[in-house]
Amino acid sequence: MNLYEFLSTPDEMARKRGLHDHVVLSSRVRLARNLQGRAFPGRAKKNDRVETCELITGQVGSLASMRGGYVESMANLQALDKQLLVERHYISREHAAKSAGSGLALSKDESISIMINEEDHLRMQAILPGLQLKEVWQKVDRVDTSLERKVPYAFHDRLGYLTACPTNLGTGIRVSAMLHLPGLVLQEQINQIIQAVTKLGHTVRGLYGEGTEALGHIFQVSNQMTLGESESDIVERISKVLLQIIEHEENARQTLLKGKTTELHNFLGRAFGVLAHARIINSKESMNQLSMMRLGAGLGLFPTIPMAALDEMFLVSQPAHLQHLLGSKYSAEERDVHRANLLRERLSPVEGLRIPE
Amino acid sequence: MKCCQCDKEATVHLTEIIDGQMKKVDLCEECAKDKGVTDPAGFGLADLLLGLGASAQIDQAAGGGQITCSACGFTHTDFKKSGRLGCPECYETFAEPLEGMIRQMHKGTQHQGKVPRALRKAQDLSKQRAQLQERLARAVGEEDYELAAQLRDQIKGLGCHAAEEPAE
Repeated sequence: MNLYEFLSTPDEMARKRGLHDHVVLSSRVRLARNLQGRAFPGRAKKNDRVETCELITGQVGSLASMRGGYVESMANLQALDKQLLVERHYISREHAAKSAGSGLALSKDESISIMINEEDHLRMQAILPGLQLKEVWQKVDRVDTSLERKVPYAFHDRLGYLTACPTNLGTGIRVSAMLHLPGLVLQEQINQIIQAVTKLGHTVRGLYGEGTEALGHIFQVSNQMTLGESESDIVERISKVLLQIIEHEENARQTLLKGKTTELHNFLGRAFGVLAHARIINSKESMNQLSMMRLGAGLGLFPTIPMAALDEMFLVSQPAHLQHLLGSKYSAEERDVHRANLLRERLSPVEGLRIPE
Repeated sequence: MKCCQCDKEATVHLTEIIDGQMKKVDLCEECAKDKGVTDPAGFGLADLLLGLGASAQIDQAAGGGQITCSACGFTHTDFKKSGRLGCPECYETFAEPLEGMIRQMHKGTQHQGKVPRALRKAQDLSKQRAQLQERLARAVGEEDYELAAQLRDQIKGLGCHAAEEPAE
């Protein structure tokens, strides 16, 4: 099956909305699982990896929740396909580097993705827009429950689900939310928030996970500990932290709007100016400026530009999405010109910043 | 960039965070070797992934020798280098150094939460069986043979019931 025929378009993606999505871009839960009596992917020999991958792929493909989905070996995906899947957050950057002996399965509605032979035999995730942590946990829990009847998991009475890295031991759960926090960044409160969240035993990362910077003022908050606490307690604890972060972000936005009105209008107006008029723009700058416009849209200052339109521009201005849209291979410099053209086309006909009387 | 120990070109760049202070060290290959930075046995991802002191704990457990997993051949040096384990069995092989690490990195040392259904049933059954067997022993001790016979039937029933459970 062709990946691009299967995947929803950036426009369809951006039109899926969820609770609190002015701050929470998406909610995700992933579970790490391994099969009994088999070496973990990092240790297994290639033949064994291929065999395990085929076994799991067959079972995953037969799950009711994956009916009509997309199942493929990483060997059959091109570099561009893999990068695009990373930009959609369906696979990790680590998994994008895999080839034969690793696989991918996506559910029809793309809310479930299963990486086969990443660091663990199975990494299953559910992802939904906005704040929906309980829903994503229930979704992935159901997939896991139906899969455990088909493949025997490595499980230990005391240590729980056994994983390649001891940091994932126990529940093997990683609960995370992608947060858009321009208010806290502009108000220079973000470091305090990160410190507080870290103290509570959670991790804060950039847009594409481990070791990436917070492009477009986007941060991922996730649990760090996986053993000694049940899945629902972890979900509950993160949800509480997220609600607090949302409140702080909203306060920061209101403070900017009321107390630093001119500075805020300046940031937003400049962002619109750059995006509507630039002739060359790299993905980093476009993400940061779109982030500013998203902030403005959330505050009602770009009344003719829906937030979904900005989210779509955010997605299509990323390297692999842009490359795919253009249809042929371009150098990074050429892409910067095409990206600027694309953003200009979308933004120059619409009205810019509208400051209330 | 020059090596901070001598004037040669630095090829090894190490960033460490100690007490919240970022420290960068640039070393040439020789000085790096001298300091044990490039020695795979002296420096591993284990410390980075599993917390400082992890590789020392692994070394201590090995006691100067070598620990090797009988199931997958993973050694304690592999563990130190990668910060990861080779197979499920490795959790038994490296139980000793893992114990301290797990206590440091997690909220507890006893799994809470989801258990695979098949195991959960087995656990429940073995718990029930143990309780019945206890009562049976007591009944026999009290010479209540009528009760003992009933309990024996119940225990037998548990075994059959488990075997008859549909696989779904």
